[in-house]
Amino acid sequence: MRYLPLTDPDRTAMLDVIGVGSVDDLFVDVPEEARLSGPIEGLPMHASEMAVERHMARLAAKNLSAGNAPFFLGAGAYRHHIPASVDHLIQRGEFLTAYTPYQPEIAQGTLQVLFEFQTQVARLFGTDVANASMYDGSTACWEAIVMAGRITRKRRVVLSDGLHPHYAEVVRTMAKFTRDEIASSAPKLEATTDDAAICDAIDDATSCVVVQYPDFLGRIPDLAAIAEAAHAKGALLVAVVTEPVALGLIEAPGHLGADIVVGEGQSLGVGLQFGGPYLGLFACREKFLRQMPGRLCGQTVDAEGKRGFVLTLSTREQHIRREKATSNICTNSGLCALAFSIHMTLLGGEGLARMAKISHARTQQLVAALADVPGVEVVNESYFNEVALRLPSDTREILRKLADRGVLGGVSLGRLYPGESELANGMLVAATETTTEEDIATFARELAGVLA
Amino acid sequence: MNVVNASGWKPSMGEGGTSGDAVTASGDRGLMLEEPLIFELAGEPTTGVDFEHCELEPIAALDKHLRKAPLALPGLSEGETVRHYTRLSRQNYAIDLGPFPLGSCTMKHNPRLNEKVARLPGFADLHPLQPGDTIRGALEVINELAFWLIDLTGMSGVAMSPKAGAHGELCGVLCIRAALEAKGDAREVLLVPESAHGTNPATAAFAGYRVENIPATAEGRVDLDALKARLGPDVAGVMITNPNTCGLFERDMKAISDAVHAAGGYVYCDGANFNAIVGKVRPGDLGVDAMHINLHKTFSTPHGGGGPGSGPVVLSEALCPYGPLPFTAKTADGIVHLVEEDNAAEFDHKQAFGRMVAFHGQMGMFTRALAYILSHGADGLRQVAEDAVLNANYILRSCEDLLDAPFGQSGPCMHEALFSDASLAEHFSTLDIAKGLIDEGFHPMTVYFPLVVRGAMLVEPTETESKKGLDRFIASLRHVAQRARDGDEALHDAPHFAPRRRLDETQAARKPVLTWKPAAED
Repeated sequence: MRYLPLTDPDRTAMLDVIGVGSVDDLFVDVPEEARLSGPIEGLPMHASEMAVERHMARLAAKNLSAGNAPFFLGAGAYRHHIPASVDHLIQRGEFLTAYTPYQPEIAQGTLQVLFEFQTQVARLFGTDVANASMYDGSTACWEAIVMAGRITRKRRVVLSDGLHPHYAEVVRTMAKFTRDEIASSAPKLEATTDDAAICDAIDDATSCVVVQYPDFLGRIPDLAAIAEAAHAKGALLVAVVTEPVALGLIEAPGHLGADIVVGEGQSLGVGLQFGGPYLGLFACREKFLRQMPGRLCGQTVDAEGKRGFVLTLSTREQHIRREKATSNICTNSGLCALAFSIHMTLLGGEGLARMAKISHARTQQLVAALADVPGVEVVNESYFNEVALRLPSDTREILRKLADRGVLGGVSLGRLYPGESELANGMLVAATETTTEEDIATFARELAGVLA
Repeated sequence: MNVVNASGWKPSMGEGGTSGDAVTASGDRGLMLEEPLIFELAGEPTTGVDFEHCELEPIAALDKHLRKAPLALPGLSEGETVRHYTRLSRQNYAIDLGPFPLGSCTMKHNPRLNEKVARLPGFADLHPLQPGDTIRGALEVINELAFWLIDLTGMSGVAMSPKAGAHGELCGVLCIRAALEAKGDAREVLLVPESAHGTNPATAAFAGYRVENIPATAEGRVDLDALKARLGPDVAGVMITNPNTCGLFERDMKAISDAVHAAGGYVYCDGANFNAIVGKVRPGDLGVDAMHINLHKTFSTPHGGGGPGSGPVVLSEALCPYGPLPFTAKTADGIVHLVEEDNAAEFDHKQAFGRMVAFHGQMGMFTRALAYILSHGADGLRQVAEDAVLNANYILRSCEDLLDAPFGQSGPCMHEALFSDASLAEHFSTLDIAKGLIDEGFHPMTVYFPLVVRGAMLVEPTETESKKGLDRFIASLRHVAQRARDGDEALHDAPHFAPRRRLDETQAARKPVLTWKPAAED
């Protein structure tokens, strides 16, 4: 087998050194009645590289990839162009096949990347500090709520109705077990966010208010006003950014009063990948530093006085604090953080601003084209690169028909909010710099055909 | 840094011989390259990505939301970027460079076929919320991998969405809690052995349980009598690692499971060490109710310097009804469906405890793991476990005369060999051994874990090391151990030949510097 270097003579020689007669003698502690006598029945035997590649390629060919169709899906996962150098660099074996940097003297590559990544994320979000990544945006969001509870010692959480429904579901799931009280509701298909309603929902028992920015329907809430209302009640503002490219154009949440900013970093460097692995971003004010979950990389010096980097403040973490840790997270999204950081290094603030501006412009063109389709109503007043539409019938069926016509048309709100009949006819559409004018024209034409 | 090591060999990579202290203007030494931070490399604002000109101005409704100042992040040209990260990569050790024998981490070779198939556009360029008919192949990958995991573990079902091992632990523990609560049986305590990974107690606490430790016997296994004595109506279950973190198989696993079940609890097994037993024994046959599988360990998906991982959780028949959404299900017509909130009732899965992640889990890891599993097949995976255990025992028996093996008499080890600092000279520690190995060109083993052994050194070679490679590692480990027994003071200053000498972790924690700031702001 091509991955196993030991030969039978090697095995015999090693068994001699160990002083046993056979490999089975090494498994004597496994109760005999539970030991399998041979390969598990009914499963295939080993296969060549060529055979496995053929099998996997056959499965891949059954899918309609985003690049093979006019494509307008978003809803927390965006298709942006990733420069070729990003994927090349993350496949350097020294990055790809390293472990968590537990031995800093021989992991300065990974550690310096994490230090740069933390700085990039903190600046992007307008916060003091950021950690070395979480699993994804949804889990980072829950961790922010747990952290806010530790800081404020309160257990009531207000979710804005514009929070991604999967994120809200993760929060509600976890809160069932932790007994946190969660106030949440489904959004309404209205032109603007109801910021006053969010502010009104905050009371003295509220630990934090969680607001997505831009929100799930693409609208931009007034974070500064919500921050003020939260702080007046002794609550924290947790801002959630699922499309970090937006921050090339609109103000950073940290500059608007957010205390903790979390997000999904998938847009930069990571790609769609059918939903994972993605990249949880986590940032906050410096005064909350010691309450943060996850790994942190810090600057220090070595025995010769040279600058170097280490994982630090690990007394917050599970391997030291065990049941008293700030989180149980261990492995995070290191390689995705590397991809994000490389993409961000290529872009710089200026490149991100241009990318944001083009994504926004393509969305303006999309909105204009779809608004002309009979039966389509564009809901949003404000948007960055995603808008909600109200269509005449259930959008799940419309999207299936569009797919039959070779168009990947958007995301059905009915699918994501089962039981909310008001949203069954709602649909999200997004555009990025990868969207072409031809894609937009095709979409408008085919949607008109489906609705006709 | 011209320290002569015990063998008399002098460092000669770029600073050879007596000119070792020579100072270069650049700070670089031959191929030993220093690398500034991107913030120090950058000049005037620029970008390494070309975009077409955009004339459309933002919509008026955005006016009040626009950035007030440009985002202060440096951009580099493509060439500078490639060079920056390539230079940084050379300061890392990696499995591609040599053995990475971190106990409990299973650093095995990462086959490149897996990288290739994960990048097929049909998998990599697929949005998680596309309509069902455009993603059938992706769902088939998840379903096919799910059935391999079920068959290899002898369990009834699997929750595929958890993002990493600790997330899988949480999933399993929440299944246990949901199953108990469905019976109206709220219990408060989870029992965790002293030798457990830190994630186990942290997970139990994160899920709202109180953690109580159960002690180990002198031979390094769970104390069955102590466990039985603690079981009762307040105990929700146990979290056990098998093979355990002392590198031993828990012989009493079935008896433990039976006792826990008899007391109305459930058994969680930490599957971090599944590599030792894949194809040799099925946890389901030992009474396990839930076990996470680290695809980034047993099934070779790359660790990437700290993730991404992937932690599917296999479940017993008793816990299956409570597994979280989403998951895949194959209907009689051969079509694989994604079961989510809006169709869970159709698939008779109404008791799901909820959702743990946005979207459907680590697809990019599923494709890699499936390619790995198909490559090995049922026969190859069995060989994986056998060779992993053989390699670990070879190291154990080749070094136990120099390094104390606290459980060396407890029988063969599984896939990792455990040593302690007991045989070292006074004032010499496990840390010295680790740093000495760095100078030898190896990544050290896991150190100071498990906590039940003083100065623990946990060595996991995995099955992808050759005998010759192991012999080289053993020669180095023996050499460093001998130096520590002999009291070679130079070992305290190791590493001498790495990109950095020992780093001051106290300073890093006392005055944390977590982001770069221009000198003026310091």
